[in-house]
Amino acid sequence: MMKILMKNRELLLVVAIAALLVLITLRFPAFIEPANLARVYNDTSILIILALGQMAVIMTRCIDLSMAANLALCGMVVAMINSVAPGVPVPALVLLALLLGAFLGSINGLLIWKLEIPPIVVTLGTLTIYRGTIFLLSGGAWINAHQMSDAFKALPRATLAGLPVLSWLSVLMIALIYIVMTRTPLGRAFHAVGGNPHAAVYTGIDVGRTRFAAYCLSGALAGLSGYLWVSRYAVAYVDIANGFELDIIAACVIGGISIAGGIGSVPGAVLGALFLGVIKNALPVINISPFAQMAISGTVIIIAVAVNARAEKRKGRVILKKAEAH
Amino acid sequence: MADVSPRIIPDRLQGRSSRLLKSWESLLLVVAVLIFTINSFASPYFLDPWNLSDATFNFTEKAMIAFAMALVIIAGEIDLSVASIIALSSTAMGLAMQAGFDTPTLVAVGLATGLACGAINGALITGLGLPSIVVTIGTMSLFRGLSFIILGDQAFTNYPASFAWFGQGYVWWVFSFEFALFIAFAVIYGVLLHWTNFGRAVYAIGNNPTASLFSGVRVGRVKFILFLLTGLMAGIASICLTSRLGSTRPSIALGWELEVVTMVVLGGVNILGGSGTIPGVVLAALIMGMVTFGFGLLNVPGIVMSIFIGVLLISVIALPILWKRARRRMAH
Repeated sequence: MMKILMKNRELLLVVAIAALLVLITLRFPAFIEPANLARVYNDTSILIILALGQMAVIMTRCIDLSMAANLALCGMVVAMINSVAPGVPVPALVLLALLLGAFLGSINGLLIWKLEIPPIVVTLGTLTIYRGTIFLLSGGAWINAHQMSDAFKALPRATLAGLPVLSWLSVLMIALIYIVMTRTPLGRAFHAVGGNPHAAVYTGIDVGRTRFAAYCLSGALAGLSGYLWVSRYAVAYVDIANGFELDIIAACVIGGISIAGGIGSVPGAVLGALFLGVIKNALPVINISPFAQMAISGTVIIIAVAVNARAEKRKGRVILKKAEAH
Repeated sequence: MADVSPRIIPDRLQGRSSRLLKSWESLLLVVAVLIFTINSFASPYFLDPWNLSDATFNFTEKAMIAFAMALVIIAGEIDLSVASIIALSSTAMGLAMQAGFDTPTLVAVGLATGLACGAINGALITGLGLPSIVVTIGTMSLFRGLSFIILGDQAFTNYPASFAWFGQGYVWWVFSFEFALFIAFAVIYGVLLHWTNFGRAVYAIGNNPTASLFSGVRVGRVKFILFLLTGLMAGIASICLTSRLGSTRPSIALGWELEVVTMVVLGGVNILGGSGTIPGVVLAALIMGMVTFGFGLLNVPGIVMSIFIGVLLISVIALPILWKRARRRMAH
């Protein structure tokens, strides 16, 4: 039983989440009600969307630390446009956020592809640059709820067949990324580049270009999340989602996505995000200070990466000594 | 994480003086002198000994960590948890202060917390063989998270008066205790990296961990010591910073890991490991300190300075690559 669980990360996570739910329900029975579970899912939707983008990047042996800053910048830009020109239709703003996010992601991607600068350095740098740009644009001012148009705030909240649009959007993104990862050449390239970049080159895959595509994808999803975040919480300022990049990486690591690249799945990323989402929503219910959340995420990251390392070691024989050294 | 392309080693090294002239460190020296000159023209307040002494506080604490971080990065690892270690050891000192302990005990608590955090990082990375980037992202969240659990939205203040000396005291004339410590650690780490077997081992590990293992270097132990040292330096920086601010909040030193890594990379340390020098890091610290001080005199807000640091981090790595490419194109 344990063996099967250790081998199948998705199953392990489903069991862990179920166990978590049972524990919470013992203290607080109302938590398990479908309406509340739907609320928890809705609350985790943005994290799920972001984790999907980060998954693609980590899959190619890179990392994107700038996602939260990208989200905040795109959110601020659409919020500012909305406050100045409320007439601009909301779908156009959503599209703009998506494109702007993809553009910011492509800057990361280009630096990594064309100049071969290590991803961690690039995204650590762009993280501060994007955050600083929000300050330059807004002058440190907040865009508050009353400055946003009603349509701007209403979109993620509008319900469709019982669920908010925000939840439906995350479902749509999960389906889309799942198709990309499992049914397209790009998805195979993500796996190949992360699994063995040298072998990928010999099979005709452009490693740099694949990484560039992964960063464009993570950027676009961060941009979309920027609109969703700002409209859902009805406020935009310099520090929104500060530190959220760690939660995104945590979701991926918990979801069994190997930081060494090549290993990971869409269900894993989604379940990893849901695991964090359940914890976050359960803390206030069972009377634990919300300040504890940061330490819990940290502990879960460390445990998850240790479990990942064990799972990966059993994966088979290492033929190339070079791969072993990393 | 990126793939290491084979390094080309020339058949014959250039002459000593020509190597020295063309080195990254000489370039940094020129930049440092240039910034110093520009600053002294830009603001009439720059060339005042006490103002310059104040300016050193901009970088001394970060530079102390940068020395240890340089060794970690040269050995091919990274430690992103340093700022969180500062927060946790500051919080531990605050708890000790509230329990009524005296200044020497507070210092001991700060150092011990730093060492313990470093030991945790080291054990996870070398003991379990986990990638340092994820481990330290995890501990970064864990250590600061613990501070948040202990402090919440509160702060520790009322540190004893004698504790203030570490961050505010002067050893001689305008030279602060922190600056003296910075010089002392620069010498210690310079000797450690450039004149001891341990330093050679650090370079060897960064260039080829497998080969160094086969040639008898205790790779795991050296790496463990490096993370221990980084934790210790973060503990020392935490004592200085807490003493200088006279208070502890869980958000203390937020984002410093970025500035420390920038300092190390600006100092010419290869982010992929294997090369770099302490004099380079010292010069980078001086440059970053002078630039932030100059911006401060010109009333540039802190967050704009952080944009500058981000651009600096990327461009110091990008420019040499572009320069090398341009030269190769010219040669063809």
